This record gives sequence, structure tokens and C-alpha cells, in this order.
Amino acid sequence: MAGHTEEHDAVTGRTTTGHEWDGIKELNTPLPRWWLNVFYATIIWSIGYFIAYPAWPGVSSYTRGVLGYSSRADVAVEVEALKARRAAQAADLATVELAAIKADPKLLSLAIAQGKAAFGDNCAPCHGIGATGSKGYPNLNDDEWLWGGTLEDIHTTLKHGIRSSNDADTRISAMPAFGRDGILKRDEIRMVANHVRALSGQPTEAGYNRAAGEKLFADNCASCHGEKGLGNRDLGAPNLADAISLYGNRLEDIVETVTNSRAGVMPAWAGRLDPVTVKSLAVYVHSLGGGQ
Amino acid sequence: MSTSDIPDIPLYASAKKVYPQSVRGTYRRIKWGVLFVCLGIYYFLPFLRWDRGPNLPNQGILVDLVNRRFYFFPIEVWPQEVYYFTGLLVLAAMVLFLMNAIAGRIWCGYLCPQTVWTDLFLHVERMIEGDRRDRMRMDEGRWGPGVLARKAAKHFIWLMIAWWTGGAWVLYFADAPTLVRELASGTAPAVAYIWIGILTFTTYTLAGIMREQVCNYMCPWPRIQAALTDDEALNVTYRYDRGEPRVSVKEAARRKATGEAAGDCVDCFQCVAVCPTGIDIRDGAQLECIQCGLCIDACDTVMTKIGRPKGLIGYDTDGNVQARAKGLPERPFRPVRPRTIIYFAIIALVGGAMLYQLATRATAGISLIHDRSPLFVTLADGSIRNAYTIRLINKRPDSRLFALTVEGPAGARIELVNVSATADWRPVVAVEPDSTREIRALVTAPKSAFSGKSVPIVIRASDLFAGEDVAARDHFFGPG
Repeated sequence: MAGHTEEHDAVTGRTTTGHEWDGIKELNTPLPRWWLNVFYATIIWSIGYFIAYPAWPGVSSYTRGVLGYSSRADVAVEVEALKARRAAQAADLATVELAAIKADPKLLSLAIAQGKAAFGDNCAPCHGIGATGSKGYPNLNDDEWLWGGTLEDIHTTLKHGIRSSNDADTRISAMPAFGRDGILKRDEIRMVANHVRALSGQPTEAGYNRAAGEKLFADNCASCHGEKGLGNRDLGAPNLADAISLYGNRLEDIVETVTNSRAGVMPAWAGRLDPVTVKSLAVYVHSLGGGQ
Repeated sequence: MSTSDIPDIPLYASAKKVYPQSVRGTYRRIKWGVLFVCLGIYYFLPFLRWDRGPNLPNQGILVDLVNRRFYFFPIEVWPQEVYYFTGLLVLAAMVLFLMNAIAGRIWCGYLCPQTVWTDLFLHVERMIEGDRRDRMRMDEGRWGPGVLARKAAKHFIWLMIAWWTGGAWVLYFADAPTLVRELASGTAPAVAYIWIGILTFTTYTLAGIMREQVCNYMCPWPRIQAALTDDEALNVTYRYDRGEPRVSVKEAARRKATGEAAGDCVDCFQCVAVCPTGIDIRDGAQLECIQCGLCIDACDTVMTKIGRPKGLIGYDTDGNVQARAKGLPERPFRPVRPRTIIYFAIIALVGGAMLYQLATRATAGISLIHDRSPLFVTLADGSIRNAYTIRLINKRPDSRLFALTVEGPAGARIELVNVSATADWRPVVAVEPDSTREIRALVTAPKSAFSGKSVPIVIRASDLFAGEDVAARDHFFGPG
């Protein structure tokens, strides 16, 4: 770099900056005035902005600005507005009977929409997204119900739960642990398990004796499950003669069930969710396909 | 290469303002007629009523964005039928090509909105600021209060026309009389005002300020047109075989007396003065020429005055002009030739296909989505159930009842969730006029009828009264 003499450039009619790098000179082309003015204006604007809005970070906090703006407060307002709107929409859901919801297409679609959302948030962890269930968690799409599949039954189960420790009205049933408690012997359990398989028309083991199985079943199981194993909803005793079994219908599954018993738990939702949501859930589950 | 070799000219050509002169004649009259018809259609069409019964809007043309419908007199288009517009676009292109093959840029010269509105704006300019010379003088001179007042009046009227243009535009998107009342009372939706604003701005800018710049720089058609034209199409042409060499009337008389060559063009520049794009038609076919025919009127006026035959500038084919210049016999203009036949055939084909499709299209529809979770459910008695979400479409203006049946695995039956009506044991769904309805269907089949993991299934919806019958295919899944 050498020299600092400004030159007049004949072609453009402008001067150079006076700098020179290895013979290369640069035309002096100042920023357009309008651009510069806009730039200054933004600087002035930013001063006002710093004063009015949150701007400078501190060590543990930040300057809050004189307008007191906060995006978090904005969200809170929007959430409140949404809640108010939902409450208005759901006003009818809160007062109307379950059966009447079913009869009103508008309320029905609202309840199903709300129920579906609530199901995903609260029920899906156990029952699965499509309420498909899995071992120990009932499939809610089918027509087998431990505690009844009418709207009212489902609503009651939802409200009070099953074997829920903090609800006095919870659904409760207790099958004895026939093996663990020494009621039945090992071979007897195997015999009765074979009989349970026979009830739903499945093949049995070689050593299975129908008369002995029937007797064992009648003495130990029929009081709850019925003579033919058709179950009893008042007691929460499942139907053993159909194609659906909550804990599996392989021989070892049934042996395990008879030996140690099963006691699945569902929380009581009455205290956790608001009544409208519980109602909506009942309607949604009832509409999945198995509702009675 | 030294700096002195680089030509010292800017690459940017600034626009030269064009001051088109007023003109009278056949083509001017045609242009006025087309202008009135086109603008009349544009401004008043939304008010035309068309009775579609109690459940549908009664506006002749309506783009109902809220309800996702497009109404064109007896035709109603749903969003999924938007392919009709593909057909319309193909037709539009082909009609444009056909027009071009017959008589050049008819679209540009007479029909294009840019031309029509620019013409109108130019007329306003002439009424207020005077003709070509007055306007040129006004722009050269100092601006006194009188000039300012006239300029202000011109821009005010331009803005009013532009505003009306935007106003008419939004009427196509809502019930026109209602929207007019709302606009007048300031209660129309904000989007209406925004669009009026946008179209006021574009109309004012494009027709008032940019004018021929739009055709020269923004529009692709001049480029495409130049590639599509041939020497058999009629174009606005300066017949140089007759016009050259250009000499004054006096000089022509002198030359005729001495037997020298003298053309009919007297170099009066009237064709240039009236040209809305500011070009000289005598330079031959050019991109900027929109072929509005005003130079024909201007030249014919001059030719009549000096007692020479009209048509020194006229609609002619390039082939003819060249033939005459070479002293060959003229070729008659052939509107029917392979090129136009092909264009016409494509138009007939596409138009015919669209009409056929329109005439035979179904007024009902059904689509299926198989539930994915769960894919299938085993019921207590061992039978298998699959769930489907069905969407039924009713394109008629009255409510309809559809009975649903299932064809697939033996013994399969269908039931609908939260729908209890039946007819002959078939579940029945009511679908509101001109709408769709989504329902969940459960199809159950006995285990015995089911082999393999999946079998094809057809769900059929039959109109209980009108007899229309639609079906959709899917699969029925099981444990295999």
C-alpha cells in the first residue's frame, strides 16, 4: 500500500479513495444517503426498543423494559382464553346425561374429539394409542368387558378405577393365588389349566382328564367364573370360554394365573381429570367398537 | 484489454415515456367495443344470479373459498376436481396459439387486461391532459397550479377506476350484493379491503404507470409468440413493397413524372405517434408490437387524405409481403392449414374430454381409510373385526341416504359406530346437501371365512332413492 492521494477518475467522474494496493485503486462509492438514513433510524429505534422491551441479559436476570412485555405472559393469556372457550363448548357436556350425549350428534363428536385427546394423554401409556391393549391391559376395541361395556359401566370404571388404593368405590375383585397359598397342588393346577383351555375349545395335554378337570373347576373356580366358565361381570370374573384372554391362553399363562393370581390396577380418574373429560373418555371408549 | 476498450454505456435502459396520440378508425372502434364488453363482463358478472335451489348460493360465478367450492353457472367444482382447471389452462394456451396462427397477437392487441385497462387509462389521460402534443409540452414545461390540478385529477380518476377494479375482483369471492352493502357500511371482512387495496395498487401501477413496460419486460407471451409465428399468419404489417422508398407527396409526384421509384409512405410518422408502445411498425415485426391495429387506422386516415389507397399498413402475412416484394404472385391467406388444424384438434379433444367428464361425473363418492391401530380385533366369539373410516361425498343440493354393504369374506357384515338407522338390515347414513360425512365402520367376519393375513374387501354405498352406487376397495386383515 502506498500513497494516499485522491484521484479524479475520468470514466465515472468520481474520485478514488486514495488507497492503492499493487496498482489497484478503489473508487470512492459512499453508501446511498437513503440507506444511511435508514441505518441511523434503526439505531434510534433500537434505543427506544431497549427501554421499552426486555433487552439486556444480566447474570441471573435481564432488563424487563418499561412495557413489561413477556412472551410467557402472552402464552398464559392465550391458554386461559382457550380454556374459557373449551369450557363454553363443554358446558352442555357437563350437564347432559351420558345417553343424551350419544343421541346428540354435535355433543357426540365434541365428546369423541375431547375423549380421543384425553385418551392419548392419560390412557395410551397402558392401553396403547389405538386402545389395543397388551398382556394385562385390556383391548378396549373388542366386545369382552370385565366390568361391563355399557356407557354407564365404562364411566363408573373410569371414575373409580380398578383396585385403586385411593377410591373407596373402586372396582375390586380378588382371585386366590391357588398355588402360592397352597390351595391347589401343582398337578391339580395343571389339570384345571387344561380344563380352562378346553372351555374355550383349545387343545389339551395328554394327561388331561375331563372329569377330574371339571370337578376341580367346579370346586374352586365356578363360584366366580360360573360352571361353564362364562364369567360374572358383577364380580369382575372374566369369561374363560371365549376367544379373548387378558393374560394369555397358553397353558403356561393359565398355570401362572392360577398359581399366583392376577390383580391389574387402573387408577381412579375422578380426582385426576375433570368430570367432563371423564365423561368424554367414557363416550370415546364406548365408540371404539366394543360398547354395549 | 485496457479500460478504454470497454464501451462506456450503462446496461440499464431507462424507460422513455410514450405519448400515444388519439386516432379514429375501424380498429379503434373494434377496440372500444371489445373494451366495453370485457370491462362490462368483469365489473357486472358477479351480480348475475343463478338459481341452484335453497341449499346453495345463487351467484352465477362464485369462488367460495370458505366452503371450498367453485360455482360457474350450472357447474359446481369441488377441490378434488381442480384438474378441470388444468384442462382450462391447456385450452387457454391452445386458443392463444390458434389465435396467433390465424391473426397474430389478437390477445395482446384487443383482449389482454393489460391492454384493456391501459387503453382506458390512456383515454382518461387524454381527456384531462389533452392529446399527444399537449401532454409532451406539459411534461417539458414548468408545472404551474393548473398542470398540478390536472395531474391530480388524472391520478384521482385512475385510482377510482383501479379501486373499482379491485372492488369488482373481491365480489367474485362472496355474495356480491351482500358484500357491496358490507363494503359500503364498512363491515366487510378485512381480507376484502386488503385485496381491494392490492388490486387498486396493481391496476394503478400496471395500467397507469408501467403500461407498455409490462408487455416489453414482464410478459412471457411476446417471446413465446415470436417462436410460434410463421409466414402464413396474419400480422399487423407495414407493406414495405408498396411503401418504399419513402418520399413526400411533392417529391413522389416529381419522381413519378421522371419515372423514378417512389413508395406510398410519406414518412408522416402518424403510425409512430399513435402507437401505444412507441415503436415504428415500419421496422418490421418486433417484440414490442402488440398488434392493436391503431397504426392501420392512422395510416388509412393519411392515405385517404392524400388520395392513395388504404392498407399501406394492414393485416397481411409475411409470406405475401415477401412474394410481392419479389414480384411473385400473392399467396391467398389460408386460415385452414396443418398448424391450425392441429391446434383445433387439440382444443376439440381437450374440450370434448372435459365436457364428457363433466356430463358423466358422479354426484356421490366414497373413500376408505383402514384403521391402523388396531389393524384387527378378535372378538369374544372368535370372529375378526376391522375398522374403517369412511368418507361419503354428496355433491347434490339435497340431503341423501346411503345404505352401506360390504363384499369380501363370506359372512362379513358391516355396522356403523354411532349410527343406528338401517334399511333391509343395511346400515343407512344421511349425508347433508353438498357436503361430506365421515363415519367409522366396523366390518366383522367369522374366523372360519378368513384365510391368510389379508383379503380384499369392497365397501359399497348405494343411494336409497336416486340409485347411484359408489364403492371403494381396501383390505380386511386378520391374524392369519
